[in-house]
Amino acid sequence: MYKDPHQLIEGMMITAFAIGAKQAFIYIRAEFHEGARILERAISEAKKAGFCGNNILDSEYSCDLVVHRGAGAYICGEETGLIESLEGKRPNPRIKPPYFPAVLGLYQCPTIVNNVETLCNVRHIIGMGGEEFSKIGKPNNTGTRIWCVSGQVMKPGYYEFECGSLTLGQLIFDVCGGLRPGRSLKAVIPGGSSAKVLRADERFSGTLKDGTEFDWGLEDIPLDFDGPMAAGSMSGSGGIIVMDDTVDIVEAMANVNAFYAHESCGQCTPCREGSLWMRKISQRMCSGGAREEDADLLLSVAKQIEGRTICAFGEAAAWPTQSFVTKFKEDFIRKATDSPKERDPKSLQLI
Amino acid sequence: MIAPDKKEMVNITLNGIEVEVPNGINAVEAAALHGKEVPHYCYHPKLSVAGNCRMCLVEMGTPMRDRASGEPILDEDGTPKIGWVPKPVIGCATNITPGMHLKTESDLVNECREGIMEFLLVNHPLDCPICDQAGECRLQEFATDYGRGYSRYVERKNVKPKRTRLGPRVTLDDERCILCSRCIRFSQEVAKDDVLGFVDRGSFSTLTCFPGKELANNYSLNTVDICPVGALTSTDFRFKMRVWFLKESKSVCTESSAGCNTLVSSREGTIQRITPRRNDQVNDTWMTDSGRELYKLVKAKSRIRRPSFQGSDLPLDDAISQAFEALKNKKIGVVASCHSSLEEQFLIKRLVEETGAKVFIRGHFGEDDGILLSADRTPNLRGALVAGLTNHYPSDHLNDLNESLADGHVDALLVMGEDLKESGVNEDHLKKVPLVFLGTHQNSTSDCAEVVLPGLTVFEKSGSLINRSFFLQSFDQAIPCPAGLMTDFKILARLIDLFSEDSIAPSELDQIWEALSSSGNSVLKGITFLKIKKGAIQLDESKWEHLSFVEKEALHYLPTGVIAS
Repeated sequence: MYKDPHQLIEGMMITAFAIGAKQAFIYIRAEFHEGARILERAISEAKKAGFCGNNILDSEYSCDLVVHRGAGAYICGEETGLIESLEGKRPNPRIKPPYFPAVLGLYQCPTIVNNVETLCNVRHIIGMGGEEFSKIGKPNNTGTRIWCVSGQVMKPGYYEFECGSLTLGQLIFDVCGGLRPGRSLKAVIPGGSSAKVLRADERFSGTLKDGTEFDWGLEDIPLDFDGPMAAGSMSGSGGIIVMDDTVDIVEAMANVNAFYAHESCGQCTPCREGSLWMRKISQRMCSGGAREEDADLLLSVAKQIEGRTICAFGEAAAWPTQSFVTKFKEDFIRKATDSPKERDPKSLQLI
Repeated sequence: MIAPDKKEMVNITLNGIEVEVPNGINAVEAAALHGKEVPHYCYHPKLSVAGNCRMCLVEMGTPMRDRASGEPILDEDGTPKIGWVPKPVIGCATNITPGMHLKTESDLVNECREGIMEFLLVNHPLDCPICDQAGECRLQEFATDYGRGYSRYVERKNVKPKRTRLGPRVTLDDERCILCSRCIRFSQEVAKDDVLGFVDRGSFSTLTCFPGKELANNYSLNTVDICPVGALTSTDFRFKMRVWFLKESKSVCTESSAGCNTLVSSREGTIQRITPRRNDQVNDTWMTDSGRELYKLVKAKSRIRRPSFQGSDLPLDDAISQAFEALKNKKIGVVASCHSSLEEQFLIKRLVEETGAKVFIRGHFGEDDGILLSADRTPNLRGALVAGLTNHYPSDHLNDLNESLADGHVDALLVMGEDLKESGVNEDHLKKVPLVFLGTHQNSTSDCAEVVLPGLTVFEKSGSLINRSFFLQSFDQAIPCPAGLMTDFKILARLIDLFSEDSIAPSELDQIWEALSSSGNSVLKGITFLKIKKGAIQLDESKWEHLSFVEKEALHYLPTGVIAS
């Protein structure tokens, strides 16, 4: 979007033409004012060149494209929440059924909502032809992905690779320069904070979609769509969070929980109350009030959220807790038995 | 979306038992038809579906079919295999389709309900001992029926505003609010006064009015009724009475010809509140705020509590005799009322026939709000038509009475509660003639009456009224009448008896209805009071179709002319 906004515009116009849309929107968080400015400039360039707006390339097909700046809420990433926000309302996700965007979307008109990554790919798929495009990456996992590595690696940053062309271990240790000296890997969240955490000493085995058996360590997980999925997590947004052995797992989870409690829209009961309850529990645990039963309580609360909410935010809020507590139960028990009664003043402030 | 045809009945399997329900209704309603409660907070049958409380989660499945052949897939035992949706679905947004399978009782469903109940209570103040909703609170009821019964919550609860004035009649306790959004949807969809909304996010979401607005519309108290918890409270009723002490009587609102069905709640002869009673053909589950205030008339200062003759009190029997003396051998003018019940109007008609009196009647009109406050501000104008008191549509004055008094065609008056001076009758005319006043509240006419007979308010008597859609509806006595008084139609019956030597006027509801339904007045034929008590009766209105009724199109009401076109 920043470096090549026209691939997004082109992808969107091709998509809009394919579905016969008359109006297209780019919904962008208001915090990305730089991105919004770039896009607006690019759109006016595209309009001048006749690539969008009225009578595109003299084809008698018209589709307007508008940048809409949202006021900054995670839930606006949920497609029906985004639509509500676009209509000028609170971004409360809609119930499905009946409000599937393709049937009753923006202003109750059929609407297709896709993310930037998907639409950028459209331009290349059309440009290269589907067959040629599918040669990038590997079967079922075609194209490229941008992985955003953060956490305790020497060179965090954005890295674009062909799907499946390298493993998680290669990305962390070769591309990102490895961990800091003397540290060892503890855990990785492979696809944004809502993805289930993977433990460094875990083994992942099973059968892939194409029938091949696999038995991986954390570092062997291929970076594509199916790999993290097969390991019980997901490649999600591609945001890889690397944690070394200095990380307090309970603190890490408290941080994630604080985020989800802050971002829950508050519309439906399980997510609204559950996310805040989990935040309060984990915050207490980090502040010297941990109890041995808290681990099970967290699991139970998370289970009461998952699958019972209006939108997928419930899962996004429940999965981190579920995976952190299940996979690092000893850290949670230890927090209760032998941890100081006060929170380390140097710890990150929770939202 | 195309509304499904709700009349067609289809078979579904509810908890393993095949039952018949109307197609397209939602799972909550379908289960209720067969005695299975699906607990819910945000769902309200008269509002749009929000689906946010998640209390009505049920399991839903459909028989599986082979994709290629379309043949049903069978289990080993030969029964169709059911494809259960992996996640529980909300009953309120799940519309019935033929062959659908529902489980409202299963381990998963119970577990969901336990979870939701726990979530709803973690930040709830649990202040039932001081909460007005206690006793009629969905949180209490469902916590008992579907909750775990113990708490695992040791954290601090959220703190929110405890007493926000949302408007002149509604006070909000935000801590009790479960954010079901019923009140918001009501304000948008029914009252058409979009003033409520949530601010802040997540568990800190708070119900409030938009800046500079208040919840002041004439339907604001309905939000209190539909609030499933004690968050929205009626400022008038707040902290006054425990609801389990209240005796409820079915009544009809007399504010206008809309005829909202109501419940009058009283304790020890004192009315504490009026709430709407569901009638899908008349008022759904709503009523006006102004209609709820009418109970205050019972104890109003201007209430007439004692019969009087020339300004001094006397027993009711003597007052009736004085009334007869005053009217006897005179050219009587009877001012009937559209506020009277149909039974009273019938006896007025009888009195008129017995005495050869002239009838005068007026209407009372105001603005039509297009919902439940109609332009005709009397509850029973159509009753006056059905009882035969008039063939014309009443106007808003009594100028013809004024003329009759002026030219001496009328030289005695029996007035049913109306204020004649306000109706265009010259005060000097009134002073010249003997005047008998039968009414509930003092006015300029009662002030100059020779005989004053106290009437009863709608809460102290029984009877029936005909609303704008020609629904004949009954109301029950809610509280005892003041000592020494009796219901209006008994007074009228006594009066008739004094005038007539050879017959006895009916003085009980059953007797009156016996006469009403056999008097050849065809629209009431075959009706008994008991039948009306069982439910509103739609009368044939064709006889009066040509009259120009003042009501505008409103909730469940289309003006006659509109239907014809």
